[in-house]
Amino acid sequence: MVTIARRDGAGLLIAANAIGGTLVYYAPVALLLLVWELAARAGWLSAELLPSPEATYAALRDVLASGELAQQAYVSLMRELSGLVSSVIAGAIIGIAMARIEWARLLLRPVITFLYPMPKSALIPILLLWFGLGDMSKIAAVFLGCLLPVVISSYNGARGVDPLLVWSARSLGASKLGVLWKIVLPAALPDILSGIRMALALSWLLLVSAELLLAEKGLGYMIGYYGDTGDYATMFAAIITVILIGAFSDRLFLHLMAWSLRWRTLSS
Amino acid sequence: MADSVVITAPPPSRTASLVKSSARFALGGFLIVIWQITVQAGWIDPYLLPAPSAIALRTAQQLVSGSIVSDTLLTLYRAFSGFLLAAVIGISIGTLAARYKLAHWFFDPLVSIGFPAPKIAFMPLFVLWFGLGDQAKIAMVVLSCIFPIISATYLGTASIDRYLIWSARNLGLSQRRIVWKVVVPAALPQILSGLQIAFPLSLIVTVVTEMITAGGGLGGYMIMSAREALSEQVFVGIFVIATVGYVLLAGFDRLRRHLLRWHTETLSGL
Repeated sequence: MVTIARRDGAGLLIAANAIGGTLVYYAPVALLLLVWELAARAGWLSAELLPSPEATYAALRDVLASGELAQQAYVSLMRELSGLVSSVIAGAIIGIAMARIEWARLLLRPVITFLYPMPKSALIPILLLWFGLGDMSKIAAVFLGCLLPVVISSYNGARGVDPLLVWSARSLGASKLGVLWKIVLPAALPDILSGIRMALALSWLLLVSAELLLAEKGLGYMIGYYGDTGDYATMFAAIITVILIGAFSDRLFLHLMAWSLRWRTLSS
Repeated sequence: MADSVVITAPPPSRTASLVKSSARFALGGFLIVIWQITVQAGWIDPYLLPAPSAIALRTAQQLVSGSIVSDTLLTLYRAFSGFLLAAVIGISIGTLAARYKLAHWFFDPLVSIGFPAPKIAFMPLFVLWFGLGDQAKIAMVVLSCIFPIISATYLGTASIDRYLIWSARNLGLSQRRIVWKVVVPAALPQILSGLQIAFPLSLIVTVVTEMITAGGGLGGYMIMSAREALSEQVFVGIFVIATVGYVLLAGFDRLRRHLLRWHTETLSGL
């Protein structure tokens, strides 16, 4: 695993290989696009049922140029981020507390075992009643949807911490809080992060659902709006954007995971 | 003694575990009592959070009138149909991708994009294609559940010990019997894990699609109640779906242990 600085030529070759590999990897997607375009041109697909890639691309360019797509995407991203970050902070605290404090575990376990299997989408109507049309109901949907997966993964991670590590740190003079910060949190981090990754996919599902259902802004609202007005090419452009943002955020999180766990590969 | 540093807690005695489980029930009851008191004392607006007694009463009424039962059954029918279709198609695609390079090349990038993406965005399009009835909802459940199943099946079947297959072939088993007697049982733990991820998703997505397109079911019931500002009924819906989800997931867990009773995963847990 040692990286050696390469001469320009070799570096370029490797970069070209990587690009070539990516192209081969995503070739099936291009193949599907081609079939779709050809089918649309041959007239097998009615434009009302599925706009052609060409029409979708034109619509995408329009909403990009007018700035509408960026504006709606910004609204959705902000909602997603606020909900996710707050649920990660609250969930990690609750989960670690449950693992370390007896009465917290006794108090919260029955509540969590009953609520965890509940389909989280069932909460959307009540959140609309509580918080109305605006940002708050969507942030709350993301927050509540992600909270339990994060709580459970932090609980499992913190419970699995080797007690020897904790005892050694204590005997070396670490305070109780110091142990939490320096020992328990890093040891539980892999579990917490994989819990967040699961929550991330769920949170996009809940956010887009809530926006489709009742909203006045956001990408989900945009999809619903253009669907209702019959502008299917623009609707499809918004759908593709949502799918790509969801897939890309997962890829980004994977890199973040690998980066924040890079210390683990050093020792072994 | 000195050679072992593994220190385990002493096994809890029977009375201690009995005390613990009754303490758990008592605490659950305690939380419900606090909730009831805060609402009755007027500290929380009962419209925003009805008292547990009010929710229980309303649930009983709706159960007697039968409307909530038929909505629940409709939701379950949609969720199960979508889940089973996704299981059949997903397991087939996963096995194909593990066996044939071409299938792997084709499905791998699609799964890597499709797995984490919010497929629910396609719902308005599905309504255009399939209408407002069951078809669009079931199709959306299939699309949402299929990716974890494909991925788990692929990982399960691709990692089977080759010696198992070679020995079976040596013993003269036909190709089809190898698939059923060796490949499927060996991949079963992972396939079941995929199904266990997909199953709760099928309920989540069914409820959402019912909210978006109406047409009955628990999701439809809840969103209609919310539009008419009948907050008690919304909570009845949440309570019913939470109970259904709890029972089904517990049942799924037992089924897994039954199917895998020969596997070390189950044996080591004893």
